[in-house]
Amino acid sequence: MKVIHSDVLVIGGGLAGLRAGIGARRRGLDVKILSLVPPKRSHSAAAQGGMQASLANSLKGFGDNEDVHFADTVRGSDWGADQDVVRIFTHMAPKAVRELAHWGVPWNRVRAGDHQVIINGKPVTLTEDEAAHGLITARNFGGTAKWRTCYVADGTGHSMLYAVSDQAIAEQIPVHERMEAVALIHDGSRCFGAIVRNLINGELIAYTATATCIATGGFGRIYRVSTNAVINEGMGAAIALETGVATLGNMEAVQFHPTGIFPAGILVTEGCRGDGGLLLDRELHRFMPDYEPDKAELASRDVVSRHMENHIRKGHGARSRFGEHLWLDIRLLGEEHINGKLREVKEICQYFLGIDPARELIPVRPAQHYSMGGVRTDAQGQSRNLQGLFACGEAACWDMHGFNRLGGNSVAETVVAGMVVGESMADYCLGAGGEVPLSPALVRDFYRREQAHLDSLCGRGEGEKAADLNREMQNLMTDKVGIYRDEAGLSEAVSGLQELLERSKNLHASPAPGANPELVMAYRLPRMLKLALCVAEGALARTESRGAHSRVDYPQRDDSRWLKRTLERWEEGASSPVLSYEPLDVMKMELPPGWRGYGVKDHIPHPDTEKREQEIAAIAQREADRFARQEAALPFKHLLPEQFRPGNARYKETDDV
Amino acid sequence: MSDTAPVTVEATPRTLTLEIFRYNPADPASEPHFQTYTLEETAGMTLFIALSLIREEQDPGLQFDFVCRAGICGSCAMLVNGTPTLACRTLTQSLDATIRLAPLPVFELIGDLSVNTGKWMRNMSEALETWVHSQEAEDLHAMEEKMDPALAESIYELERCIECGCCVAGCGTAIMRESFVGAVGLNKITRFQLDPRDQRSDADFYELVGTDEGIFGCMTLLGCQDVCPKNLPLQSQLAFLRRKMARTGVAMTFQRRPGK
Ligand SMILES: Cc1cc2nc3c(=O)[nH]c(=O)nc-3n(C[C@H](O)[C@H](O)[C@H](O)COP(=O)(O)OP(=O)(O)OC[C@H]3O[C@@H](n4cnc5c(N)ncnc54)[C@H](O)[C@@H]3O)c2cc1C
Repeated sequence: MKVIHSDVLVIGGGLAGLRAGIGARRRGLDVKILSLVPPKRSHSAAAQGGMQASLANSLKGFGDNEDVHFADTVRGSDWGADQDVVRIFTHMAPKAVRELAHWGVPWNRVRAGDHQVIINGKPVTLTEDEAAHGLITARNFGGTAKWRTCYVADGTGHSMLYAVSDQAIAEQIPVHERMEAVALIHDGSRCFGAIVRNLINGELIAYTATATCIATGGFGRIYRVSTNAVINEGMGAAIALETGVATLGNMEAVQFHPTGIFPAGILVTEGCRGDGGLLLDRELHRFMPDYEPDKAELASRDVVSRHMENHIRKGHGARSRFGEHLWLDIRLLGEEHINGKLREVKEICQYFLGIDPARELIPVRPAQHYSMGGVRTDAQGQSRNLQGLFACGEAACWDMHGFNRLGGNSVAETVVAGMVVGESMADYCLGAGGEVPLSPALVRDFYRREQAHLDSLCGRGEGEKAADLNREMQNLMTDKVGIYRDEAGLSEAVSGLQELLERSKNLHASPAPGANPELVMAYRLPRMLKLALCVAEGALARTESRGAHSRVDYPQRDDSRWLKRTLERWEEGASSPVLSYEPLDVMKMELPPGWRGYGVKDHIPHPDTEKREQEIAAIAQREADRFARQEAALPFKHLLPEQFRPGNARYKETDDV
Repeated sequence: MSDTAPVTVEATPRTLTLEIFRYNPADPASEPHFQTYTLEETAGMTLFIALSLIREEQDPGLQFDFVCRAGICGSCAMLVNGTPTLACRTLTQSLDATIRLAPLPVFELIGDLSVNTGKWMRNMSEALETWVHSQEAEDLHAMEEKMDPALAESIYELERCIECGCCVAGCGTAIMRESFVGAVGLNKITRFQLDPRDQRSDADFYELVGTDEGIFGCMTLLGCQDVCPKNLPLQSQLAFLRRKMARTGVAMTFQRRPGK
């Protein structure tokens, strides 16, 4: 048995994992990072549009600050988010952008003087300050009160990931590529690393560690139509679930992005609409203002995707041989803008659709995009059930997105969470965690168990094929656990998935030596089915509509019964998760639940809401200074590592918004 | 696992013949050879869709690497009819009905169409120190340093490289000289040279690439530029770097002389 020990084992080499690793390394710890693929090929590279941070350097950002970003994020989450965590996040986001600027990200910059933009379908001239020339600029995104999304053309994730990955190389952090964590080593109360399969030669290795971090990204591939990379199969969340101890949070909260190109599902960024692009129907009518007079195309993603699907159901979809879709029109942005700021979009349209988006319309339809749910942690990123297990990035639910995340908030979250979780893992290793002895017998047990499991998959002469079950799972999820959900469909999905899980006990793969992709699919599939069941069962149980979770049979957001987070645990051998709930305390909220400013306006209030609103109003009366007001409503600085507590400098600090 | 487009009723769909390189180094019984698969073409079919279908329906053991399947991550470079390119965004309709697929040369073969570009790129990054070298303290709470908007855009222009390896596979020098850093490495040097946040001098860069493993190894055959899927201006960048490094080399020799 090969054993490799480190202080910190980070599972995942995307933005979140790399940044967390750098943090722990800088505290002098021995860090190793595992990744399925070379880290620069992680899905973070595909983020196009940008990263939200309230720098407020450009005209349309003036007046922005942490408070405005906080309110937008909480409203976006439909009050599902943990407001402490949203505070940590909006306070840290400007620091994260600036750190990345030090590390070489070529953020687009403010250009002084006049420039033309498209707002609400019309050309407008903006005049930027002379003194702001050369500061980091921002574009508009959905669900935000200010233009806050910092960007590098439409290759933001690429530039960020390259900078952070190169920084990890500079810090001499080994990244063990083509290594897949297949089980966590734990004793029921503590995690001690992972059993890992080498995806080149098939060898199993025990990676033992004091702190283990899941940073494995989202699980979009349980759906048939997804913008996600093909490696986004949620294996990190799944192996946490399989401990039987760690919990997953809000798995039913799955985001559908309005503009997946049709039918391939490849994303074109929200930046298209942020920069002025419009959605049109088969009559080439701009329909979004009919539904959302104020925000139109730039309401939050859950709202826009629902209106689109609904509009198609009403018979306004354009028809093609693949089915129905709508159009994204960016022609009005002009060739120069598209060639400069939306060139990935242009390439995608050229290569996959054979069209030029400066001249032609882009066929789009909502596609699965983001997993709000994930490994449930506290505000420092540690699991509450399994000590020494941490999580960050899309794989985690710490929980800053609640039931809907805003565009541009995810890459921002990855880096911010990495900054925070890197420190908390170091604190853990240098404190109490470092003193716990590791049992070699425990490691051996887990190693043998995984080896036996793989042998059994290859040992059967014949059985089910993973590819077949996978297709059925993806169809069930897309057809029955999609944008619109109801009891009948969800029940069918649950029983269908359970049946597939039962059949998966009979999966078979050939015993070919080496990488063996057939075996890979055979051991991943039952894990994907468990995640799919967590999504479907969480959705079936939640009899309300909140954010991206939209129940046709329970269309209202019901704060009186559902202002709580879903937790799911999986007992060994079970065919369903164990559900429990964690209430959100209205009396601790800085922004009590209300109307989001877009979408329907008919939620059922929580009994405490009015009382808390009055308290917050009284604080606002009493405290004139925004920082004092904030501190009185929701103190959060104590949750942050010392070095991150100072405030953020701004080009113009204004209190009027 | 695929983005399979629904099958459509075309006049007469073509039958594609894919000749795919097969070899599993982990299996002593395996011999390198080409294996032939046939499948029916569908509208909008890419090599990603075709290969995924073959794996799902005909040969679950076939090895290849796709990640983003949108031409962004650089995982899936391979030789398509002999030319290095990204398979995920290659439409089958742009090719003849018989398509020959082989792994990129130069890189270590993992199996079939899968090669270890990651290891090669990490070695190159370590050798060329492809990160911003700065002595300034990172003050995260203060205003960022200003940068001219046009300069930021020019840096991004060079940073669009996705480390796919096509330029290395298309390069005469790389095929002969194992330690050559390739257009990918040299382009990165031009990227960091342009970046005012990187405080390395020309002499520092000369230490890294002023050799036959670096810029002087390039035979200016420019296979790299022809195959770069991101259309990076490799030809002009390499020429620029060569002139600059030649000058730096001369200057350094003169500076050293009096000391000797
Ligand atoms: C097309 C697209 C565009 C997007 N655009 C934006 C945008 O403009 N702005 C924004 O804010 N967000 C955007 N997002 C979302 C954002 O990109 C992701 O949420 C974010 O990058 C996730 O980062 P991560 O580090 O958590 O995970 P990832 O970048 O997905 O990395 C996961 C890592 O885990 C590794 N891994 C997984 N499983 C295992 C295992 N079992 N063992 C070992 N390693 C494993 C993988 O190899 C990988 O290195 C976009 C998403 C998509 C799909």
